[in-house]
Amino acid sequence: MSEAASELRPVTDYVKLPANGEPYLEGHKCGNCGTVFIGARHVCSKCFARDKMEAVKLPNKGKLYSYTIVYRSFPGVEVPFVSAVVDIEGGGTVKGNLINIEPDPAKIKMGMDVDVVFKDAGRTDKQGNHYISYFFQPAA
Amino acid sequence: MSKDDVYVIGTDMIKFGRFPDRTVPDLGAEAALLALDDAGLGIKDMQALYCGNLFQASGMVGQRILHQIGQTGIPVVNTANACATGATAFREGWIAIKAGLYDLVLAVGVEQMGRGLLGGGGSDKGIPTEGLLGSGTMPTVFAELGMEHHKKHGTSFEQFAKVAVKNHHHSTMNDKAMYQKETPLEEVMGAEMISYPNTKLMCSVNVDGSAAAVLCSEKKVKELGLMDRAIKVRASALTSDPFTDRDLVMPDFSTCTRMAAQQAYEMAGVGPEDLDLVELHDCFATAEILHYENLGLCKDGEAGKMIDTGATALGGKIPVNVSGGLLSKGHPLGATGIANVYEIVTHLRGKAGKRQVEGARMGMTHVVGMGNAAAIHILEKP
Repeated sequence: MSEAASELRPVTDYVKLPANGEPYLEGHKCGNCGTVFIGARHVCSKCFARDKMEAVKLPNKGKLYSYTIVYRSFPGVEVPFVSAVVDIEGGGTVKGNLINIEPDPAKIKMGMDVDVVFKDAGRTDKQGNHYISYFFQPAA
Repeated sequence: MSKDDVYVIGTDMIKFGRFPDRTVPDLGAEAALLALDDAGLGIKDMQALYCGNLFQASGMVGQRILHQIGQTGIPVVNTANACATGATAFREGWIAIKAGLYDLVLAVGVEQMGRGLLGGGGSDKGIPTEGLLGSGTMPTVFAELGMEHHKKHGTSFEQFAKVAVKNHHHSTMNDKAMYQKETPLEEVMGAEMISYPNTKLMCSVNVDGSAAAVLCSEKKVKELGLMDRAIKVRASALTSDPFTDRDLVMPDFSTCTRMAAQQAYEMAGVGPEDLDLVELHDCFATAEILHYENLGLCKDGEAGKMIDTGATALGGKIPVNVSGGLLSKGHPLGATGIANVYEIVTHLRGKAGKRQVEGARMGMTHVVGMGNAAAIHILEKP
């Protein structure tokens, strides 16, 4: 089935774009042990429970667990940028760009509160489709 | 499982470098013949071949090596296990002898690398996500782990950089290393920043290379009269990543390394204090610091002090990566694990020349593979 040329798409499968409402990150929570995974699955790789996974809407709040400042990336990728590992409030860990902060180790505080925000990825595919991505930024 | 030990009776590696005009089987064949020569044996004596190669994992590299050095019809097992590929091939050979199936097997590791960044390729669907959803390049993965260590223990950029200074210094004494060049601290810290805190000189070198080892049962070593040059495999351990909280987003190489180390120490009945040298997986300078603690060479939180005091330099308490390590010897993925075996064996034989660890009796090899895998071997001079 061909799709409309200007369709707005999620950057990755754990970004959800509901028809009515704001974009959000989706986790999959084990009903047995409570672990939150990013990406759909049937079995919990921590406690091995089967078919206990439930899709959950992740909150837009988290804490910076670790990061690096990337100065060399693939051709065409704008540098420097902050690659951040964020623990989402209530469980689950997500990697993404930390924006609206100076890419300077002296300015970036480990454990700082961050918000998850959604906006156009700024990149289109060959068909011209636009994509919604998530970013982290210092908590408001 | 056989109670008899398994020994390395021949091993060698080619000088690591860039050989764009050669082929993977050609590079592998060279190391295979060198290792056979070192053992004083021929391909006709080998009962199986274990071949480690990553980038041509579907290409029957082991068989193509035999097409060059002797088609004897022996079983060939080709292994791929990311950067633990070579160590996995070596271990498969060890397992087969322990199982009592064979007395003599050959393990070969070989890789031909492109240049530039590894990882972060993403999927073919949609748009590229490198630099959008953070970064998936190898320098980034290991930088984020270094920053985690910095957060927990205060490890500084300078301490991470000292790892590169040390390993580049070690390689000046190793003709088979890609580089033989001193890199003072200010040069390492002032080099192009790739992913903070890893500068270019703190990233392993993509090179072509191969290494091989002949493994032999105890019975056969005695029969061949080769015990004077044989090195005993005291332990072999391989793990994958057990569940830990962030592993699937921020690969956890520490837990699988700690598990493998514990299993290896237990199997050998020794502890870290019994080791005379270690070749560990310094794919990035930050990684080496983590593995001091993971392998029990120091207590948690003391790795920074270890590099500061020179404990892991040649002449120190426990020399680490005297070959120059992946940072300076180079890191041809599938060859690395067996090249580590070559380095330890060479020291245990007392043949390491200027970089010889004096009186070395026991050494450890360690690699990790992204995805994840950790492999450890403990080798001893009988």
